[in-house]
Amino acid sequence: MKKLRKRVFMAAGYNTIALGSGRKEFNPKKPRPGLEEYVKEAGQATLKMVGGAANVDEGVIGNFMAAKFNNQGNLAGLIPYIDEGLKWKPSCRVEGACCSGGLALVTGIKSVLAETADVVLTLGVEVQNTVKAVYGADILAGAGWSKERKDGHAYFFPGKFSDRAGEYFKKFGLERTRKALARWYRNAIENARLVPTAQEFHNIQEDLEAVALAKPNPKSFVDNLNVFDCSKVSDGAASIAIMSEEGLKKAGIDKKDAVEVVGFGQVEADLTQPPADLAKLDTTEEAVKQALASAGIGVKDLGTVECHDCFTITGILSVEAIGLAKQGEGADFVSAGNTARNGKIPFNTTGGLVGWGHPTGATGVRQAVTIWEQLTGKAGKWQIELPADRPYALSISMGGNDRTVVAIVYRRASL
Amino acid sequence: MNYAERLENVTVLGASGKMGSGILLLTALEMADLSLKPENKDKQFVLNAVDVSNQALAGLMKYLRAQVQKAAEKKIVALRKVYESCCDLVDNKEIVDRYVSDVCALVRPTTALESAYASGLVFEAVIENPALKIKLLSQINRNCALLNKDSANAPWFFTNTSSIPVHELDEKAGLGGRLLGVHFYNPPAIQKLVELISAASTKAELVEFALTYAKNLRKIVVPSNDFAGFIGNGHFMRDALHGIAEAERLSKDMPFAEAVYTVNRAAQDFLVRPMGIFQLIDYVGLDVCQYIMSVMGERFKDEVIHSPLLDRFIAAGVKGGQFSDGSQKDGFFKYEKNRPAAIYDPGTKQYVPIASFQAACDTKMGPLPQPALTWKSAVKHPKKEAALEEFFAKLAAMDNPGAVLARRYGERSREIGLKLVSDKVARSEADVNMVLTSGFYHVYGPINNYFKREMVK
Repeated sequence: MKKLRKRVFMAAGYNTIALGSGRKEFNPKKPRPGLEEYVKEAGQATLKMVGGAANVDEGVIGNFMAAKFNNQGNLAGLIPYIDEGLKWKPSCRVEGACCSGGLALVTGIKSVLAETADVVLTLGVEVQNTVKAVYGADILAGAGWSKERKDGHAYFFPGKFSDRAGEYFKKFGLERTRKALARWYRNAIENARLVPTAQEFHNIQEDLEAVALAKPNPKSFVDNLNVFDCSKVSDGAASIAIMSEEGLKKAGIDKKDAVEVVGFGQVEADLTQPPADLAKLDTTEEAVKQALASAGIGVKDLGTVECHDCFTITGILSVEAIGLAKQGEGADFVSAGNTARNGKIPFNTTGGLVGWGHPTGATGVRQAVTIWEQLTGKAGKWQIELPADRPYALSISMGGNDRTVVAIVYRRASL
Repeated sequence: MNYAERLENVTVLGASGKMGSGILLLTALEMADLSLKPENKDKQFVLNAVDVSNQALAGLMKYLRAQVQKAAEKKIVALRKVYESCCDLVDNKEIVDRYVSDVCALVRPTTALESAYASGLVFEAVIENPALKIKLLSQINRNCALLNKDSANAPWFFTNTSSIPVHELDEKAGLGGRLLGVHFYNPPAIQKLVELISAASTKAELVEFALTYAKNLRKIVVPSNDFAGFIGNGHFMRDALHGIAEAERLSKDMPFAEAVYTVNRAAQDFLVRPMGIFQLIDYVGLDVCQYIMSVMGERFKDEVIHSPLLDRFIAAGVKGGQFSDGSQKDGFFKYEKNRPAAIYDPGTKQYVPIASFQAACDTKMGPLPQPALTWKSAVKHPKKEAALEEFFAKLAAMDNPGAVLARRYGERSREIGLKLVSDKVARSEADVNMVLTSGFYHVYGPINNYFKREMVK
């Protein structure tokens, strides 16, 4: 992957609340905001920060399954709904399962690189609480190959990642891995408690690791994971502006309030093929490799990571795919506290998918917003300090069972 | 006939009722699970839902469909395996829908009692009226005998009676030991407890079958000996009479509504029960309680099991019980959003708003032991036993009127429990406690040391 041909920036990020079980205001029996409300809230917040719709050249929206969750297609048409000023501007919706947000980001980046836009309003949205989890599982199974659905688990994706966890347990030890999964859960919730928009913001459970060690119940769920190992069902949207240097000027955004995209990797694997090694995320590994090469940096230069921990085991596997630990050693790396907010390399500082929430199509954009907040000092109570010698951040957006992956490397724009 | 054969053709009598609908649901699920087993694929399972009203039967089918759907969603992991070979069923949604239609297809709603004549098992859940039960059971038994000469295939009968001795029903209906008491608790789909009552004449095979059936339904079985009221109502009716007597005693010094409020609250808040005694009477229905008391009263001659107060209420049309959607009808209490809001005064025949006297009554009753322990918090308490121990130890040392009333209540409840054992209704103290904790959702059994201490003092 080559170095980017021109400088690309991101700024003006915004996350709505991740609504779902665990939030006090969530009541499955009462009406809740729909796609339109989430898109409008997030989009308007970003527009306000970039000086209005007139400064936007293009819109991109990432979404996975609105056609099924909400009976809504043609989501690009919701971009002009944000603001009349966006009417007749080029817009598109992109989809790559849970990597839809990641794809929205690279689509925006490429528009800037192609010089067809200086300011791209980039959004992600998903509203999933419209159906019970048992039926949501059917919809989310669309991220896998449809021909595998019949033989798959009732909870298709938890089933897939339970298989991965089972393989990891077998190869590298059950007890030490479970301990790491529990630690991952604790980190996620502790981080989310600092962030008012997070789904687990209201979580007051004591002794999180003990809770997370609950024995999986294959009768009602999957073999190797319990509910604490899984991200929850969430509604939410995220929005950020992707800009050229000219775009920053046009929007009146100072570089100190922006991050620079210094490299990215976008990788696809064959949907119909099973993973070569269940205990490894090889597509993620490749995407990260390309992103780091494109940025011209190494793993040692990373100060923080937003990874796609749709399940706690994915967190461990991501640590290894990035190259922070060898295969089989990611569990100990996590158990030792290295990925905690005060650890060597803080992961998912707003809770990640397990803690902040996982409105699938929004997640990739939400990760970029989190990194933008951290690198520009806008993270409030959840602010971390990056070491001066490791000023880079990495985000990984993953779709399906490690099939569609986007990895992006960022640093402060003012560096 | 093996277990599956016995369940091939079943009838539930009174299927639209509160108890009948739950029994029908659980039996339908059990039969469906049997019918979906490969070895039973050639069997035709039939579940007759017999009741007197077509309208109620329509309501029953609606209830059944909704409940089966919930059950299917809950056991989707297992159901995917069951329907593994059906290539057309891919999504959970498709599997749930198919299961719902498979279960409902077993059920034949009907007002014709004749449907029962071909059944191998008849589950009786009609109102608590011995004459009606005897009439229905004997009619079915006679006609089955006419249709089926092979006595090995003679139908078995389960009765959901909560009070009538099983041997009386068996003898009077001429069932020859083919009757067993299988007493579910309300609502049967949720309550874990089943009281199993065999008469001396009851055939052992029925008991064996019922134990498998109850186990498959994931119920807790407590055997009760065959005395009117059994363990559950044996305790509840006497407990209710104590509550009524206490309210009547207090009403000499305070308005009746306030007396009811005070006793109800003592039983709920001071005794850490899920609801107060008058709310429980409303829940079951004043008329149902009256009927059970009359059944028990006739059979326990040395005891007065009768409440003139209940008679007065019922005569005035105040009956409690529930609407078909499960919401509470007015009884001792008037309910708003299923919560007590006012209390009936039999003098004026008016409901008096609780808010008009609640604060004054609470003050009069005095404080609860601290730290407070509500029933809800006790259920979830990680150290429940210790928390209850502490709460009641404090209660024992208090002399405010609420605490004194509660202690008298706890003592009486304990006395009733012990008497059930000494009268040989229950086989053990543990059985009595199990019935109250699993059938009435109490957080502790009536036979405990919390109130014993008081008696010693």
